[in-house]
Amino acid sequence: MTIQKPNSFRSGPDERGHFGMFGGRFVAETLMPLILDLEKAYAEAKADPAFQREMNGYLKDYVGRPSPLYFAQRLTEHLGGAKIYLKREELNHTGSHKVNNVLGQIMVARRMGKQRIIAETGAGQHGVATATLCARFGLDCVVYMGAVDVARQEPNVIRMEMLGAKVVPVQSGTRTLKDAMNEALRDWVTNVHDTFYCIGTVAGPHPYPMMVRDFQSIIGVETRAQMQEAEGRLPDSLIACIGGGSNAMGLFHPFLDDPSVEIFGVEAAGHGLDKLHAASLTGGRPGVLHGNRTYLLMDADGQIQDAHSISAGLDYPGIGPEHSWLHETGRVTYLSATDEEALSAFQLLSRLEGIIPALESAHAIARVIDLAPKRPKDHLMVVNLSGRGDKDVPQVGDILKSRKTT
Amino acid sequence: MTNRIDTRLADLRKQGRAAFVTFLMAGDPDPATSLAIVEALPEAGADIIEIGMPFTDPMADGPAIQAAGLRALKGGMTLRKTLDLVRGFRAGDDHTPIVLMGYYNPIYIYGVETFLADAKAAGVDGLIIVDLPPEEDEELCLPAMAAGLNFIRLATPTTDDKRLPAVLANTSGFVYYVSITGITGAAAANAARVGEAVARIKRHTRLPVCVGFGIRTPDAARDIAGAADGAVVGTALVEALAKSLDAGSRATPATVKAVADLTASLAQGVRAAARAAG
Ligand SMILES: Cc1ncc(COP(=O)(O)O)c(C=O)c1O
Repeated sequence: MTIQKPNSFRSGPDERGHFGMFGGRFVAETLMPLILDLEKAYAEAKADPAFQREMNGYLKDYVGRPSPLYFAQRLTEHLGGAKIYLKREELNHTGSHKVNNVLGQIMVARRMGKQRIIAETGAGQHGVATATLCARFGLDCVVYMGAVDVARQEPNVIRMEMLGAKVVPVQSGTRTLKDAMNEALRDWVTNVHDTFYCIGTVAGPHPYPMMVRDFQSIIGVETRAQMQEAEGRLPDSLIACIGGGSNAMGLFHPFLDDPSVEIFGVEAAGHGLDKLHAASLTGGRPGVLHGNRTYLLMDADGQIQDAHSISAGLDYPGIGPEHSWLHETGRVTYLSATDEEALSAFQLLSRLEGIIPALESAHAIARVIDLAPKRPKDHLMVVNLSGRGDKDVPQVGDILKSRKTT
Repeated sequence: MTNRIDTRLADLRKQGRAAFVTFLMAGDPDPATSLAIVEALPEAGADIIEIGMPFTDPMADGPAIQAAGLRALKGGMTLRKTLDLVRGFRAGDDHTPIVLMGYYNPIYIYGVETFLADAKAAGVDGLIIVDLPPEEDEELCLPAMAAGLNFIRLATPTTDDKRLPAVLANTSGFVYYVSITGITGAAAANAARVGEAVARIKRHTRLPVCVGFGIRTPDAARDIAGAADGAVVGTALVEALAKSLDAGSRATPATVKAVADLTASLAQGVRAAARAAG
């Protein structure tokens, strides 16, 4: 099958939320009226200069934007190829890119008069960002988190509770991000009258993939301007890790129609692509889950399979629908990195640059390690450093300690 | 074209009583027991049989039905075997309508056209797919109706008058009114409010309206049956089944009887209802 190349890669989705064959609104009837309301409320907010002005104010003074575009000199010298820049999303308030999206959604929720906010979280970064903005705006906050993730990302659980959120450990299914999302959807169906579901990535039913992308696009918009200022031109390549794909989409989207810019997404290859992993594009096929059609890991009967990644934020058997479309159209190249590669990259960046990355972001660094040496010295490569590694320090510390003693 | 659902509901209307609709999960806890249970349902008083298609991620279901699906999957159930179950039932019963209920992904992966042909051949009469609202009618609803299967739509308390015409546009068999905003097995339905909702839906359609989610006891079944054309019970039956299993979640000699007995007492509740809906 040949995929028709669009005139622009930035025009999706259509009015029904489709990116090519992907996306859509596959939800229970109970939620459908609310999803249509949300679509309308978001369109109105987007067109309202006062909304943009208010959001820009919080982005600057509360989140701390713009985040720097930092030339990683020692990493560049070490790898001996492309000139590597880090987009420092880990310096945002709450420690990751997730806050960009949460701020936007909370402001939409306020416009809609919703007082109760629910969220799913994997690594806990989206949960922390949601708990933070709910504290700031005096909203009730309930965060669903797989019981496995509650154990491996404990620092973030403590943070959420300090911020006044209720964290519900999810015991169903595989007890990770996918089940947290199921449980959040069940809560939403039950409390639809007063509850706003703040989804943490570019997935879910339309308009979420579009709305989350729009809120995250500030990453790419800033990168464009900052690179122009630093080097007087566009970057030559972009690279970002992918769980659901929001930090990647935020960086990529403003560059999709610049053919000179090579774009790479990095999925989690877990124990390896022939074993348990979370690389939906590399190892999955199109199916329907959590409100949209996209690439999923599943068996021959259409049952969703367990994903695995060392990083809770990438441990999801699906991916945002726009990425599925960018994959099929060939605009973005999707690679993967294993748990081991991510662990090595985690340590390398910590030692060379004094920046401890989130395990999620370390997956992107892992592919930089083999892409950068193959590029010339005047090649400008931007890596999205989507989060900081504080939350991973206990987990990685335990892994490294256990290796020393055995 | 008449089909089993229309025929059954028209017969019951003539008898002046509401339909009793049962829901159980295909393959729970194993394919053989599941077939024995389904075979026992008409005799115990079920007028229409809904069979759940197991799915790993049932977003609209509560813990009891989630667990039933996982038991079935663990026992090796697949969509193909669910159709085998229907075929097995049809070998002994050509009248009781069978409706498959579940989520879209297993059907999408099976292949929509192949699935519809195989389902029709197996003796399936209708489909209820939780995650296919009217906005996605081209996926399965329109092909299913073209293939001669009923596509039964869920209407909910959030489906307002503005939206009802869209929800009722491409539907047949009956309308399934979800009596609560919530997941299966959560809250209890309130008969008075259900009556108002059924009347509201009937201003928009001539189809019968069956009501489910939140009916657990014979008394509740009687109250709802008095306010609608049918009452659906799922979670209570699934829980009765679960309670009859051994510590390893395997069927026991009591399993089929546990489900049949509860079905019989719920059916009595439905038959005791004073018929209100017209
Ligand atoms: C730091 C960080 N990066 C990346 C991700 C993955 O999400 P996404 O692919 O939506 O950016 C997460 C998710 O928890 C995260 O915490």
